[in-house]
Amino acid sequence: MKKPKLEAAGGELLTPMQLLSRAAVTAGPGIVWIALFLILPMLILLGYSFLTRDELGNAVFPLTVDNYVRFAGWDVLGYDAAYLIIVGRTILVSLVTTLFCVLIAYPLAFFIAAHEPKTRDRLMIFVILPSWVNLVIRTYAWMIMFNPSSPITQLAATLGMVGPNEGLYPSDFAVYLGMINVFLPFIVLPLYSAVERIDWSQLEAAQDLYATKTQAFIQVLVPQTLPGLTAGIILTAIPALGMFVVPDLLGGAKVALIGNSIAQQFGASRDYPFGAAISFLVMGLTLLVLWLYARRVGEKGMRDLL
Amino acid sequence: MFWLFFLPVMALLFAAWHFGLRRNQVRKASLGLSLTSYLAFGFLYAPILVVAVMSFNNSRFRLEWVGFTTKWYAKIFGDESVTGGLEGAQLLAATQNTLVLAIISTAIATVIGSLLGYGLHRYRFPGSQLTAWLMYIPVVTPDIVMAISLLLLYQVLRNVAPFFEPGMPAMVIAHVTFQIAFVAIVVRSRLATLDPALEEAARDLYASPLETVRQVVLPLALPGVMAGALLAFTLSIDDFVISFFTSGPDSQTLPILIYASVKRGITPDINALSTIIVLLTMVGVFLSQILQRNQK
Repeated sequence: MKKPKLEAAGGELLTPMQLLSRAAVTAGPGIVWIALFLILPMLILLGYSFLTRDELGNAVFPLTVDNYVRFAGWDVLGYDAAYLIIVGRTILVSLVTTLFCVLIAYPLAFFIAAHEPKTRDRLMIFVILPSWVNLVIRTYAWMIMFNPSSPITQLAATLGMVGPNEGLYPSDFAVYLGMINVFLPFIVLPLYSAVERIDWSQLEAAQDLYATKTQAFIQVLVPQTLPGLTAGIILTAIPALGMFVVPDLLGGAKVALIGNSIAQQFGASRDYPFGAAISFLVMGLTLLVLWLYARRVGEKGMRDLL
Repeated sequence: MFWLFFLPVMALLFAAWHFGLRRNQVRKASLGLSLTSYLAFGFLYAPILVVAVMSFNNSRFRLEWVGFTTKWYAKIFGDESVTGGLEGAQLLAATQNTLVLAIISTAIATVIGSLLGYGLHRYRFPGSQLTAWLMYIPVVTPDIVMAISLLLLYQVLRNVAPFFEPGMPAMVIAHVTFQIAFVAIVVRSRLATLDPALEEAARDLYASPLETVRQVVLPLALPGVMAGALLAFTLSIDDFVISFFTSGPDSQTLPILIYASVKRGITPDINALSTIIVLLTMVGVFLSQILQRNQK
């Protein structure tokens, strides 16, 4: 009789059956939970996106791709690219937000890394703390700052940026500020851990070889911070695509993003299948990015995300 | 026109970048770098400070400064003579819901998530790689997508079990789902820093697998488990979007209540309430950070 192959795990030799039963006892409940409440909902989301909405607003058969066609612009009333415009605007907002976050995060990360180790930890806590303050609270704070009677708005009015008795919100500007404010810590965190690991002797070597500041920064420092930067960009650009609270409170009806469109389908419009179709597109994009990222950095590299 | 606001920021960024790389002083923050960073910190904390300041504003409706008062705090703590703003009963119910939701979901997620983290760390089995990857989905996916997919799941399951009506049980399940992922990741990376020889030594000394876990692995992993639990708790308290789409009429949480009142018009007692929540959150985060730092 063939002996079962033994596998080593934590100082024990286990048969495949033992290994599986141990794994089932420890990881089992978690895996079942993830399958039931993370994977299954995604499949249901996909399924819903092919259903039809009846007059009462219920999702019913037959199966159809109408929701996706409607999203692309072909509606019963003819062609209207309204949703594609929302998608374009959302991608723009997400990219600009990410860009400004990166631009602010770089100096901040280098600034923190220039301190004593103990001070660094403290400064990092100060960067993270605001991200734990409730999103709704941080967002409505901008409504207070940008209302028509606030000093900031008055200053802007004096400079002719807004008309008298007009607030700085709802506007694109308010949405951008709110978004950058929300996502900045998510980029600083992974970027800083990359900056902390920088091999500074390489910079000195570059400078000894007469590299200019620009060259040294772009060719020596940036490549070393790339893993952290990538993680930060993913943590900002993707969640920004689905952001709902900030444009809802600061953008008003003027700046609708994908997140608002989804929320609308599950609220006032009560068109679940169409809302499911939009959500599924966002989710598909998320999974694609995550998958590409995992392939590129491997499983260890993904720890930069948390 | 609004973009003019970004000009000074850009100028400072350039200055920081230009002066920040002074030769042989790279480990010392230059003036430009410091200045930009202070501005960035100011930007991060501005909203929080504004809310805190406005919570002492003696005006019922207006958003401009009228005078100093602590009456909104008194109102939140039960002084019924203060008029305006939220109803006390509503506030109490929302606070209760938030805490009940956070405590129950954290308890469930900590147990299941820690076990998952341990299982993934210790055993390689078919699907272990995939599971390790799946755990990052809740970290990255926009809240609203998770909220919607759970909402639809509940809609389907409701045909089988009334348990999935919008309300507290549905919210607990939703919260546990994203909490598990965070707990498992934190616990697993804590376990990865441990010396495997410790566990092996315990086994060599004839400890049963269960004894090994209880007497060696658990004490060593405890800071990770605690940090994961605190993270899960804060995530739950902080969550708005997922709660919003899974809550019922009787299970409003504080973030939902705040959002609803903001939609109607900001009232000063919301500022006071927010300030209290901010302070409590910060204490929680400080604790969890201290725990995580001690791991090193």
